[in-house]
Amino acid sequence: MSTLVEIRDVSKTYARGKQKVEVLHHVNLDIQQGDFLALMGPSGSGKTTLLNLIGGLDSPSGGSISVGGQRIDTLGGGALAKWRAANVGFIFQFYNLLPMLSAQKNVEVPLLLTGLSAAERKRNAAIALQLVGLADRASHKPTELSGGQQQRVAIARAIVSDPSLLVCDEPTGDLDRQSAEDVLGLLQVLNREHGKTLIMVTHDPKAAEYAEQTLHLDKGTLVEQATA
Amino acid sequence: MKYLHLIWAALFRRKTRTILTLLSIIMAFLLFGLLDAVRVSFEDAGKSANGAERLQTGARLSFIQTLPKSLEPKIAAVSGVKDVAYANWFGGAYQDPHNQVFTFAVSDNYLDVYPEVLVTPEDRKAFNEDLNGILAGEMLIKKYGWKIGDTIPLQSQIFPNQEGSKNWSFKLVGVMKSKDGDAFQEGMVLLHWKKFDETTPYNQGEVGWYISRVKDVNQADRIARDIDALSANSDHETKTQTEEAATRNWIKQMADIGLIVTSIMGAVFFTLVLLTGNTMMQAVRERTSELAVLKTMGFSDNKVLALVLGESVLLLLLGGVIGLALVSAIGMVLPTMSGGMINNTHVGISSWALGIALASGIGVLIGALPALRAMRLNIVDALAGR
Ligand SMILES: Nc1ncnc2c1ncn2[C@@H]1O[C@H](COP(=O)(O)OP(=O)(O)OP(=O)(O)O)[C@@H](O)[C@H]1O
Ligand SMILES: [Mg+2]
Repeated sequence: MSTLVEIRDVSKTYARGKQKVEVLHHVNLDIQQGDFLALMGPSGSGKTTLLNLIGGLDSPSGGSISVGGQRIDTLGGGALAKWRAANVGFIFQFYNLLPMLSAQKNVEVPLLLTGLSAAERKRNAAIALQLVGLADRASHKPTELSGGQQQRVAIARAIVSDPSLLVCDEPTGDLDRQSAEDVLGLLQVLNREHGKTLIMVTHDPKAAEYAEQTLHLDKGTLVEQATA
Repeated sequence: MKYLHLIWAALFRRKTRTILTLLSIIMAFLLFGLLDAVRVSFEDAGKSANGAERLQTGARLSFIQTLPKSLEPKIAAVSGVKDVAYANWFGGAYQDPHNQVFTFAVSDNYLDVYPEVLVTPEDRKAFNEDLNGILAGEMLIKKYGWKIGDTIPLQSQIFPNQEGSKNWSFKLVGVMKSKDGDAFQEGMVLLHWKKFDETTPYNQGEVGWYISRVKDVNQADRIARDIDALSANSDHETKTQTEEAATRNWIKQMADIGLIVTSIMGAVFFTLVLLTGNTMMQAVRERTSELAVLKTMGFSDNKVLALVLGESVLLLLLGGVIGLALVSAIGMVLPTMSGGMINNTHVGISSWALGIALASGIGVLIGALPALRAMRLNIVDALAGR
């Protein structure tokens, strides 16, 4: 297995007023291609911060991050946006779908950034919706869907442009047990059958069981723990 | 264009609010369209092929002052003048002082210098033979349901008759139509200058203004100067202008239409900018997390900026086009409503162009601040709700 994500000596400092707060301290981490990694830890330990750095939403204060052999910590805003469009899919706790658009149209949004024709966008989005088991809800608006279904639409949207890396911040944090299991099962399928590399922040040990490996963050420092 | 549905969806995310905003934009552009039509119609006043060969000679100082009738043969003798007619302002209101009727006391050959005013030979004959007769525009006749042969009471604002009463009465003997569909000409009344002059003690052989036709339009400037030279250094110095220029000056003495239109629209659009600007600001603030999600997907800062700007421009264009389209619809009934003061109230190409440009401009103006905010939005902070 080859290394997809290489995190070297990464620190992240936020300025809060005049005072500087270091949220991540010299984090080192390798994530293999095809891995499914759970990231746990107390609130405020820096999980979201680390995830945002890996997904190229933010840049580290120190150290380096490479994904697929490319340094992303040195990319500027525009280049980073292009990189995200091609390489990462995001899944959030609150599904963040566009409320006026149907499920189908929501899933098509990332494809607007590609050179695909309208027909191709439609077809690819339909395939992604089928993959998450919501082909029959394509024309529904988010408000006409349950939380679990909305999250599955968000997953379809995250995978529609076929990124190799999926970054999930508490994807089941707002779901009931059954819907959470559906979503986690789906993530597992994406990992095992479609070869996606997944990094998932969760507070739920049961959710972490779906991952191949769980890491713990504590006050900005990684504590590795192998599980099942 | 493939982003249009995103912009549209964002715009109608809050239907009620957007529709209310849209209504105020429509109202603003409706007003703009109407006022601009008024302005254009005043600007076009007197512009016609027949008008080009007519010169108006009035008192130099004020259009209220009159001129001696003795000037007529002198003007007729100026080289290049084809014929000379004259007229006086009578004023005129029918039944109620608010029912203004533009009435002129005219020389017998007045209609000859206005070939675009059509009168049948029989009506013309009837008018020539009846000193108490009047001709009335077709629109006016329809408006008040007059019939040929009717006795028409008209009230002059200024001139009393022999008995000292301002209530005159005439006999309707004929109908005037305008070849160009000019609502002013179809809404006016002509009476005999002779009758006017004999009846009112206020006018003693005086003439309000002369209208002369020139043989060659290119000579008009020279002829105008020659006519004015006739009265130079007298107590009735004249000013001779083309009909177009005269009409425009006459209107200017009443009001600077352009300035009025500009001030009203300035105030209206200023209010519109505040109102819609505030709405756009609010709309974008509500969508902070959605915009952040678009950015996570790889929408560049510039794209997000363009989306928000597109939204405000689309909103303004929608309202602007609907508003101007309504003006076009209203324009079909307005000439009748205004009694001929406002002609040709269709929205011309220039009004459309100006309206669209204004809509786009205001769209960019009100979209700029929210769009910049959206562009500068920090993804991580926005997602965390900070
Ligand atoms: N933009 C920022 N400005 C200032 N402080 C920040 C910023 N982002 C994060 N922090 C701080 O960094 C620390 C780590 O935040 P982070 O969101 O990564 O925690 P987390 O592990 O995801 O917590 P939770 O489980 O509650 O989501 C917190 O103390 C937070 O207040
Ligand atoms: Mg977090």
